[in-house]
Amino acid sequence: MKRFLGFVRKEFIHIFRDVRTLVIIFGIPAIMIILFGYVVSTDLKDASLAFLDLSKDDVTSELIERTCSSDFFRKTADLSGYHEVDRVLKSGKAKVVIVFGENFGRNLESGKNASLSIIADGSEPNTAALVSTYANAIISGFSQLSMPAGQASIPVIVPEVRMFYNPSLKSQFMFVPGVITMVLTLICALMTSITLTREKEFGTMEVLLVSPLKPVQIILGKVTPYFFLSIVNVVTILVLSRLVFGLPVKGSLILLLAESMLYIFLSLSIGILISAVAKTMQQAIFISLVGMMLPTVLLSGFIFPIENMPKIYDWVSSVLPPRYFIVIIKNIMIKGTGFAHVWKETLILILMTVIMMGLAVRKFSIRLQ
Amino acid sequence: MSKAIESSGICKTFGDRQALKDIIFDVNEGEIFGFIGPDGAGKTTLFRIISTLMLPDRGSMTILGLDSTKGYRKLRENIGYMPGSFSLYLDLSVEENLNFYASVFGTTVEENYELIRDIYSHIEPFRKRLAGRLSGGMKQKLALSCALIHKPRLLVLDEPTTGVDTVSRTEFWEMLRKLKQHDITIVISTPYVDEAMNCDRVALIQDGKLMSVDKPQNIRDGFSRKLFSARAGDKYRLLLALRNYPATLSVFPFGDSIHVTFSEETPGRELSEHLLRAGIADAVISETKAGIEDRFLELMEKNE
Amino acid sequence: MNRKTVIRVRDLVKKFGSFVANDRLSFDVYEGEIFGFLGANGAGKTTAIRILTGLLEPTSGEVMVAGFDACRQPEEIKRNIGYMCQKFSLYEDLTIRENIMLYGGIYGLDRKTIKERTERLLDKLRFREYGDRLISALPLGLKQKLAFSVAVFHEPRIVFLDEPTGGVDPLTRRQFWEMIYETASAGITVFVTTHYMDEAEYCDRISIMSDGRIVALDTPSELKRKYDAGSVEDVFVKIARPGMKYSQETADINGLG
Repeated sequence: MKRFLGFVRKEFIHIFRDVRTLVIIFGIPAIMIILFGYVVSTDLKDASLAFLDLSKDDVTSELIERTCSSDFFRKTADLSGYHEVDRVLKSGKAKVVIVFGENFGRNLESGKNASLSIIADGSEPNTAALVSTYANAIISGFSQLSMPAGQASIPVIVPEVRMFYNPSLKSQFMFVPGVITMVLTLICALMTSITLTREKEFGTMEVLLVSPLKPVQIILGKVTPYFFLSIVNVVTILVLSRLVFGLPVKGSLILLLAESMLYIFLSLSIGILISAVAKTMQQAIFISLVGMMLPTVLLSGFIFPIENMPKIYDWVSSVLPPRYFIVIIKNIMIKGTGFAHVWKETLILILMTVIMMGLAVRKFSIRLQ
Repeated sequence: MSKAIESSGICKTFGDRQALKDIIFDVNEGEIFGFIGPDGAGKTTLFRIISTLMLPDRGSMTILGLDSTKGYRKLRENIGYMPGSFSLYLDLSVEENLNFYASVFGTTVEENYELIRDIYSHIEPFRKRLAGRLSGGMKQKLALSCALIHKPRLLVLDEPTTGVDTVSRTEFWEMLRKLKQHDITIVISTPYVDEAMNCDRVALIQDGKLMSVDKPQNIRDGFSRKLFSARAGDKYRLLLALRNYPATLSVFPFGDSIHVTFSEETPGRELSEHLLRAGIADAVISETKAGIEDRFLELMEKNE
Repeated sequence: MNRKTVIRVRDLVKKFGSFVANDRLSFDVYEGEIFGFLGANGAGKTTAIRILTGLLEPTSGEVMVAGFDACRQPEEIKRNIGYMCQKFSLYEDLTIRENIMLYGGIYGLDRKTIKERTERLLDKLRFREYGDRLISALPLGLKQKLAFSVAVFHEPRIVFLDEPTGGVDPLTRRQFWEMIYETASAGITVFVTTHYMDEAEYCDRISIMSDGRIVALDTPSELKRKYDAGSVEDVFVKIARPGMKYSQETADINGLG
């Protein structure tokens, strides 16, 4: 145990003495959160909006005025028919089109369902999601205001939201789960593989191997600090996204942390496995970035929805751990679901962890080749 | 005398390159045993096998009475290994390096301080300095202290004097000689033939083969011919002239002189005339004692 | 000595902040000479070499290399010198021929000259059959010899060698020094930096640097006589660590006495 603690202490010294490591561990999560959050939140100012008013009555004109009086939207076009919707969206003249159905005002007054569609340009998913939510909120607000007291509970205007080009877009806060996944992958897989190959490159691994330390002790000693730092990072990201963007964790925090630890274990084992294969730090970085980071960003559903991918990418992504982890935290954080809804993904991750750990320990040789 | 290492028929191949060919030697307990040979001769591979880091393809090695393959776990407690790259954490201070290696071997610096006192005292004034900012000589002393911190019975030093200045090299050998009184067997490798004399016994290694294993004096005395040292103002012209002389067997530049052997017992008038004809009037040729390097060259020629 | 001076250094000072790396160095190196530049790590050797090769500007003092001023004409100096160091010299993933062509091209030789000299060089080194092999496939000794040949390929006036024979076998080392002798006798000055004292024994004259200053400069035999030492190594130890005993036997036995 004393040997082990000495090892962990040394590893912490390495981390805290190297500015670059510190930047990666603590700077990148903060930068990513701010960056992604900023990109998402700025776009919703003066978003261009077009109307297709098939009813042209008092109610619709008031709705149009109300919508445009907010800072969020700016009217850029009045359309005369459905055939124009595609044109304004494609030309970028409008990011969203609001369509009032025929006899909108009359239907509303007579208590019938008034038809209203919000058509958004889904090719910029984050913006589209925000735009449609805001538009939705304004219109719903109006429908409540215009109702006589006592009847507010009956939602009369039920806007039908449709995403063009990207109909399955799901959540506007996708980026937080994505950032958590990326950061954990980066720190656990990349940093562990670097720190292990560094020992190889500097020849210190030879002495460690010749010492009475068992391989398991060497591996655990190297990864323990990263395990703790990763947990610190998850918490930091959650606090940041709460403070800066007001995004709360809807589900159980304990469950979220437990799932994170599982994913950390998995990423650490992958990092160890990479270091067993790579001979130099350069190789380790290359394998981690190309083999882990790129798929995390591109194929895990973080930026591009898996449903829209060609089948082959879907299959590839189904062996990638980040895909499942993103689903898990998204469900817990945003939808607020419990373990009952994520057990399948959790099981897959556990299975992957067991396989990876086994491989990593097997691959980590007590001798040189 | 009991043996610290007995090696029989060790072979090791990497791809199609035979790194070690049938290596046979033994090391007595308590002696300083040196492997002398150029880069690429197989020294590092052999040392990795001795320190249980690598398995031989063929052959077996008994170290401290244990089989190096099966008994590696027990052996690792008793081996102090210093790889060629010094194996220090450059971002850790002198003290932190030493403490770390002590903790890895489950001991403390205080427990074995007596053993490293002579060596560590040289660098103790800099104990707060990062290892990366030490000079080559100080790194070497720190690495030796780290390798000794668990009081090993066998010290395996792979090229500890490479890239270190002369003064530190001389000091280093003095330290090793002092370590002998602690009953530590030392196996050391070096590309510098002139360091052979510091060892009790040496093995000359070239192209993965041991050419000779003996006391350095005996190796030197094994030189089979009479050796002459030749000097002249124009060394290069002298070298060419000697090479052209019919009775010359070997000619090598050797420091500020030229070492030459002849097929005749003592070169006489004919040689002086030959040199004069080549335009060398100031040649001085005298018999000299062969050194280890001369013997190394002779063995290399014989092997070719 | 009436020989032509190819390197002339007077009161060379180089400071980095308050640290004096080179402290009033003055020396001459003559044409066709093999000059050994010795010193422990950190003695200021590297700084001096960088100044001599036009890579670094001196703080003060006069430095003339191959007839050019190191402060004002560093580019001319670079064209007239060759350089070889132990670590980097040739591209491992190019063949011998490609490496030679590359260096010839860098120094602005025309195609015909390069071709002629390449063939001559391959013949001389008995490399002809290796010509189209990758450098990485060559044994260390051959690499070293080839690196030297490439460094003098453009027939510079001075060639700088950094620890040229560290780690090679005794036979290759001897062949290497023969090449150096040959080069020097052709009138090219050979400037050897090293901290291996046995390499110093082969030089015509050596200077020993310590703490930024030149503390000794003479022929190896004269230095050995002056310091009553058996070898240059012994001289070095005596200068660097006065009062230390050093086994005379070691030097004798190695045949360096």
